[in-house]
Amino acid sequence: MSDQGTYIKRPNRPLQIYAMVFLFVLYLPILFIPMFSFNDSIYVRFPLQGFTFQWYGELWNRQPVWNALWNSVKVGAVVAVISTILGVVAARAITRYRMPGKSALVTFIMMPLVIPGIIFGVALLVLMSRMGVPLSLYTVTLGHLIVCLPFAVATLLPRFEGFDPSMEEASADLGENGWWTFWRVTFPMVMPGVVASLLLTFTISFDEFIMAFFLTGTDPTLPMYIWGQLRFPQEFPSVLALSSLILFVSFILVFVAQWIGRLGLDKDT
Amino acid sequence: MTTSDGFISIRHVNKFFGSFQAIEDVSMNIGQGEFFSLLGASGCGKTTLLRMLAGFESTSSGEIYIDGQPTSDVPPHHRPVNMVFQSYAIFPHLNVRDNIAYGLRKQKLPKAKRDEMVEEMLELIKLPGYGQRKATELSGGQRQRIALARALILRPKVLLLDEPLGALDKQLREQMQLELRALQRQVGITFVFVTHDQEEALTLSDRIAVMSGGKVLQVDTPAGLYETPKTREVASFIGNMNFFQGTVRRNGAAMGAVETEGLGHIPVPLDQLTKPDGAPVQVALRPEKFELSPTRPEGALHAVEGRLSNAAYLGERSHYYVSIAGKDQPIAVSTQNLGRMTGAPDISGDAPMWLSWAPEAIVILDADETG
Amino acid sequence: MADTSLSQTEARSAPAAPPRVGRIAGILHRNETLRGYLLMSPTMLIMTIGILVPFLILLVMSFWTREGFGFDTTLTAHNYTRVWNEPIFGALLQRSFWISGVATVVTVALCYPMAYYVAFHVHRNKMMWIILMTLPFWTSYLLRVFAWKVILGYQGVINSGLMSVGVIEAPLEFLLYSQTAVIITLAHAWAAFAILPLYVSLEKIDKSLLEAATDLGDGPMARFFRITLPLSMPGIIAATFLIFIPTTGDYITPALLGGPDGAMIGNFIQLQFGAINNWPMGATLSIVLMLWISAIALVFLFVTRKAQERIA
Repeated sequence: MSDQGTYIKRPNRPLQIYAMVFLFVLYLPILFIPMFSFNDSIYVRFPLQGFTFQWYGELWNRQPVWNALWNSVKVGAVVAVISTILGVVAARAITRYRMPGKSALVTFIMMPLVIPGIIFGVALLVLMSRMGVPLSLYTVTLGHLIVCLPFAVATLLPRFEGFDPSMEEASADLGENGWWTFWRVTFPMVMPGVVASLLLTFTISFDEFIMAFFLTGTDPTLPMYIWGQLRFPQEFPSVLALSSLILFVSFILVFVAQWIGRLGLDKDT
Repeated sequence: MTTSDGFISIRHVNKFFGSFQAIEDVSMNIGQGEFFSLLGASGCGKTTLLRMLAGFESTSSGEIYIDGQPTSDVPPHHRPVNMVFQSYAIFPHLNVRDNIAYGLRKQKLPKAKRDEMVEEMLELIKLPGYGQRKATELSGGQRQRIALARALILRPKVLLLDEPLGALDKQLREQMQLELRALQRQVGITFVFVTHDQEEALTLSDRIAVMSGGKVLQVDTPAGLYETPKTREVASFIGNMNFFQGTVRRNGAAMGAVETEGLGHIPVPLDQLTKPDGAPVQVALRPEKFELSPTRPEGALHAVEGRLSNAAYLGERSHYYVSIAGKDQPIAVSTQNLGRMTGAPDISGDAPMWLSWAPEAIVILDADETG
Repeated sequence: MADTSLSQTEARSAPAAPPRVGRIAGILHRNETLRGYLLMSPTMLIMTIGILVPFLILLVMSFWTREGFGFDTTLTAHNYTRVWNEPIFGALLQRSFWISGVATVVTVALCYPMAYYVAFHVHRNKMMWIILMTLPFWTSYLLRVFAWKVILGYQGVINSGLMSVGVIEAPLEFLLYSQTAVIITLAHAWAAFAILPLYVSLEKIDKSLLEAATDLGDGPMARFFRITLPLSMPGIIAATFLIFIPTTGDYITPALLGGPDGAMIGNFIQLQFGAINNWPMGATLSIVLMLWISAIALVFLFVTRKAQERIA
């Protein structure tokens, strides 16, 4: 890079050290979870007692965990697909058309990002109970959809903004209608954003707790199951093991999503 | 290649973006097989007009006919026109062959036939064997050719080109100009070409429409625009021009005359003089129409003495600025440097310099207040 | 060769009349705005069902009262007068804003140098750094809070660690179930919301402006306070909003780590919908929380705008 090592950008040692410490502290708390999940003791405390797979083995044989996992996967998959489709459609509309009130619409979509989750949770709970809809995985799905939509739109918007509108015009000019233009030009070009959005929204839904807390019926999602287990200290190690697995999967999914989503967007990579 | 009137016929077209009027009552005809340019500064409406031909912008009022058919309700993908975009819009996820063959999908051709057509186009644009290249590996000039091939393979009735050479460096641009002109002659398709570069428009076009502020100022051949501009705006947009205030003084049968600021009572051919005696006019003379000499030239109908106030040596030609009595601004003069130039011209203002010109070089324009 | 096949006579023959499209399609072709709205409508429908309608019902319910196990649906401001008059509500709100406010300031202050470092001093693999800094944020909020419970607990990592190396003899009690615990956890959990806007606003600063400031005689400190900081203000404001607003309503962190001293308004709202079972009161508290947040946000915006004008 041409500007490397200019006066303004010359290395700053204290800042470098700060950055390292920052990253360390950022990751440290989360690293304790897998660390103690292999600890051969029901007490989560130092000194470590020895290495064991016991807690993971216990999980394997626990039917409620599998049920909760299956619930979370179902909800996550549905939420990911729907919110990504809605995100594609909305991002396209936002970037391609002159619409009065556009910025108000965008703000409205992004609202769940800044308003306390508890308010959406109780508001949806009130709506469902007034309409006589029993709480179930469907109500959780609706709640997660609200939480995930802003992320889907935020992931897809830069993709749609990043490509030259004359690409679509060129396709129309060469004789393709809107439908074929979308599948032959638009979709392949925003594909990385779509994949990223699917992975991210799945992860968010999979990990989501606040909405699920208010909207879950009798079928718990995985985070709800964990919440329930936190009351029992003797369950701590198996919760640690389960959490480690969830963290591991989330990290992989999000890392891949971020990587794919930013491909070709940043010029400096 | 015959030029029949009104292959493309634009009738009283207006375009508003909100309260801003981008196109104001534009009417013109473009003939079949013509290389037609829309020339103007940025924001003059030329690109909007081109995008209306392609169908990307609707007309607010008026109608555009292509080959006799009204186009208002025809979406872009049903129009018999194709476009070369300013950014080329080469699809980055497709290779060169698939880019060129993009518009052929609906014709449901066998693969062999399709590949043959693509290869034919690649030869036409002098990039044979490039079919498997990635679109992202191409240079600017190559992308421009692919964009051309992609549009031409559909054999459109009209090819629209939106400043296609703007992104290329000067040398490549000049080469592409020649190739583009040759290609247009070869395929015989009507080209509508948008540019802000007057030299490019003059080089390429059969006819040029000069646009400004959403209006068409003049439609003419390159020589017509340069030699007989109809308004001061056109005259100063294409090439340089010296303007003088004048008043018509018709006194002879063979020649008319105009009493002109700084130049005096000058003879003007009668065909230039449509105004009655005593009417105010503008006299326009291009810099290269003047002859300079240190002494009064013999045999000239009219000559004016001035002082050299500035000079610039440009290699093949030189620009001089000559101040004359009775006019504030110096007159711009341009001369070919035929012999070898030695030494610098005397611009101290002491050296007398005589200006002369042929009366046929004069253009008479309507007077305007900005003068 | 190729030229013969492309003469004008062979040009694409369009049908005598170009295909006319249908009436509705015609309107859509001409009216771009309509097409845009049509495309937005499914998303808007979901958002309306999921946000607007529930919120309106919540608003209506806040004017109801509890009656046994049901509701008295006569509209009354009874709940609002209670919230206004009974000191417990005001105290809870005040504490929530205090905790969130401190957590916000701490987070923005700690994240600013980090964002600055990546924006100005990282040259290769910037993307990698951004992903690294934001990755933990995407994982379960519940688990991140849980991790802090593991660390700060009475027999947790810190206490047991310090005891096993002999620094302390008895566990430190102030770690868990305190406001400090809540603030630490919030600051850690919301770091990504501060880093991203800060980074974006810092990255946008034209480096030649900094060179110009240096050229005109500013040292590194003066340059930072006169150029970098003012120009990154939009990022600081965005980061402040993005952290302060959602954290005021948080209830997981205080529930797991707060104890009685660290309980926030979110816990109280949750109780109204849970154990206390007074939904109208919960609705009222939600609305009051929203109103307070809006008011604080407006004041904050106004003050920063004024401050920026002062600087400029």
